Amino acid sequence: MLKTIKTFWQSIRQLSGDDAYERYLKHHAEHGESENMPPLLSREEFFKQWQDGEWKGIKRCC
Amino acid sequence: MMNKTLKIIIWFAVALLGAFALSAIALNRGESINALWLITAAVCIYAIAYRFYAAWIAAKVLVIDETRATPAERLDNGRDYIPTNKWIVFGHHFAAIAGPGPLIGPTLAAQFGYLPGTLWILIGAVLGGAVQDMVTLFFSTRRDGRSLGQMARDEIGAIGGTAALIGTFMIMIILIAVLGLVVVNAMKHSPWATSTVAATIPIAMFIGLYMRNIRPGRVLEASAIGVSLLLFSVLAGGWIDHSETLRVFFDHEGLPLAYAIIVYGFAAAVLPVWLLLAPRDYLSTFMKLGTVLLLAIAIVILRPDIHMPAVTQFTDGSGPIFGGKLFPFVFITIACGAISGFHALISSGTTPKLLMNERDIRMIGYGAMLLESFVAIMAMIAATVLEPGVFFAINSPAGVVGSSAIDAVAKINSWGFAVTVEQMNQLAKDMGESSLFARTGGAPSLAVGMASIFGSAFGKHLLALWYHFAIMFEAIFILTTLDAGTRVGRFMLQDMLGNFNKKLGETSYTPSVIFTSAIVVAGWGYFLYIGVIDPNGGVNILWPLFGIANQMLAAIALCVATGILVKSGKLKYAWVTALPLAWLVIITTTAAYQKIFSDDIRVGFFAAANDLSAKLASGVLPVDKAAVAPQLIFNQHLDAYLTMFFVAVLWVVIIDMLAVCARHLRGKLVLPLSEVPHIETQLDNLWVRD
Repeated sequence: MLKTIKTFWQSIRQLSGDDAYERYLKHHAEHGESENMPPLLSREEFFKQWQDGEWKGIKRCC
Repeated sequence: MMNKTLKIIIWFAVALLGAFALSAIALNRGESINALWLITAAVCIYAIAYRFYAAWIAAKVLVIDETRATPAERLDNGRDYIPTNKWIVFGHHFAAIAGPGPLIGPTLAAQFGYLPGTLWILIGAVLGGAVQDMVTLFFSTRRDGRSLGQMARDEIGAIGGTAALIGTFMIMIILIAVLGLVVVNAMKHSPWATSTVAATIPIAMFIGLYMRNIRPGRVLEASAIGVSLLLFSVLAGGWIDHSETLRVFFDHEGLPLAYAIIVYGFAAAVLPVWLLLAPRDYLSTFMKLGTVLLLAIAIVILRPDIHMPAVTQFTDGSGPIFGGKLFPFVFITIACGAISGFHALISSGTTPKLLMNERDIRMIGYGAMLLESFVAIMAMIAATVLEPGVFFAINSPAGVVGSSAIDAVAKINSWGFAVTVEQMNQLAKDMGESSLFARTGGAPSLAVGMASIFGSAFGKHLLALWYHFAIMFEAIFILTTLDAGTRVGRFMLQDMLGNFNKKLGETSYTPSVIFTSAIVVAGWGYFLYIGVIDPNGGVNILWPLFGIANQMLAAIALCVATGILVKSGKLKYAWVTALPLAWLVIITTTAAYQKIFSDDIRVGFFAAANDLSAKLASGVLPVDKAAVAPQLIFNQHLDAYLTMFFVAVLWVVIIDMLAVCARHLRGKLVLPLSEVPHIETQLDNLWVRD
């Protein structure tokens, strides 16, 4: 039961982008050394770029 | 073996129940029918279609390959290409496709009775809309998430690509205008609604600042604060409405409200996304999902009776909400919820870049559309649980039933629908509005329907609060679509202009941003303005135009899909997309023909223009109507040419596609398939990322 609630909460966080920075850190940790990745961004800086990126294309419909 | 038999029995039972529910709603000729029958029929049909038709398309037509690496896996960059859990992708996809369309279309189409719209929503979705979304998602996934326009260019040719691009731009303009009109009509002379909708702007900005500066990236925390503030603004709107000194600030005619929306739309397109668009979108997504869920629960708890007849006399084309016969106009009026071309833009582009495995395509492409179709069914229920007399009193424009309450009631009674002036006054009082006559656009009648459902399920004394909650809920995501659409229109325009002048194509170059935003806003602002000054309410012109445009885009998407199927050597399965395509071509062409050539002044654009010209020349028009007549005449002509343009674009793409197919079948050279080669997936099937 607790696990279900936890998974549900995790899904909501991921859907809304609440954990986007944490996922970014994880992605960076996983791929950081192998690729030529830019230096790690701060939470503020990352959120700015992430939010701008979200609205580049067609994201909402009729 | 036992297990298999059990499964067969269960699916047989679902089919039987669905058939029984469907025949109950289709053959009912009694007084009223329970809404639960519609829900039952819908759920059974969706289940059968998903389990059998969609699975068959996935396995036999598309040949989904679970071992193939998706673009998200191959191109994973942690930004736009990210392999994502299928439920998360489903959530993103559904939030993107489900806008205000499936709420408005069914409400308007309820003038034909509950049956035609309901059947089209169900059949259109399972055989058309969901198929379109699913195959587009599949083909785009096989092409690194390329957009519909790019796929059209790659697979059919430059003409198809350009047509898709122009089509998208035009739809955006018409869509935003009609949505703006819906909001204006909901706010007209309603201080409560206007103040609540106005409050959503500073609330969104505050949330934007909060997420950007106070607590960066804390999206859920900020959204929770925002939603509480929104609910409070509904309450506060009631206080403003009761205050004699405050209410005058928010009590306006349609035109000033339209100007306000135009100014707002321009500001939203020019301001940075984090300040207004992004936070508003969070709030509207939460409100949308929450309210739709609440409505579903309330309908199941309450099981309301449907009071609208199965079929009304307005199938002959004399309907008050919009003119035109059942065929083809019910299919044009309900686009979103049955088949919506716009979805093809979401299914190609954002969603395919998130797919972890091709096997998720059925659930996300087909499944999300079924859910949207279900939202449309609920909107149909909310419209048809109202007494038909009340429904027509709210939705019939003053130009049809007369501007005085007594005239309107007399006219509606003459159609055989009972309603009294006292009843309407009491209803308006209950809902906290000054009048509910001629509140066209669908939003007020949906709000009355929702308020009566919510009120009965969760407390009747709160009717006015529920009504304005429903208005706020509709307005907030209509305005999100308006903001997002204006912005997309601006990007598209900058992209096109970039071909002529490099500087204009830069999305961060301020003069270009202001210039292109102004063009887009002027485009929809014009149609919004005309819609407001039109005594027939404007929705009756704009909504069919939007429907034709949206179905045209769907036809383009199905053309691309059919072309790819034929080129992949799957001619014998091409009917899966060719059949809905043929149907769309028939309805859009017929609707466009009638809108252009019909002699009925409530259908034909030229007929209406000529009629108005004749009246203007003979001087029978009252002064105020004569003043706006020249603009209306010009607009009717413009709409006629626009419709011609849509049909021409559609036929160009179809002929182009047929030519490509014919060349391929005769063994001649065509553009090669642009599918990327097979690469084995490295993602462990059992290991679910994140």
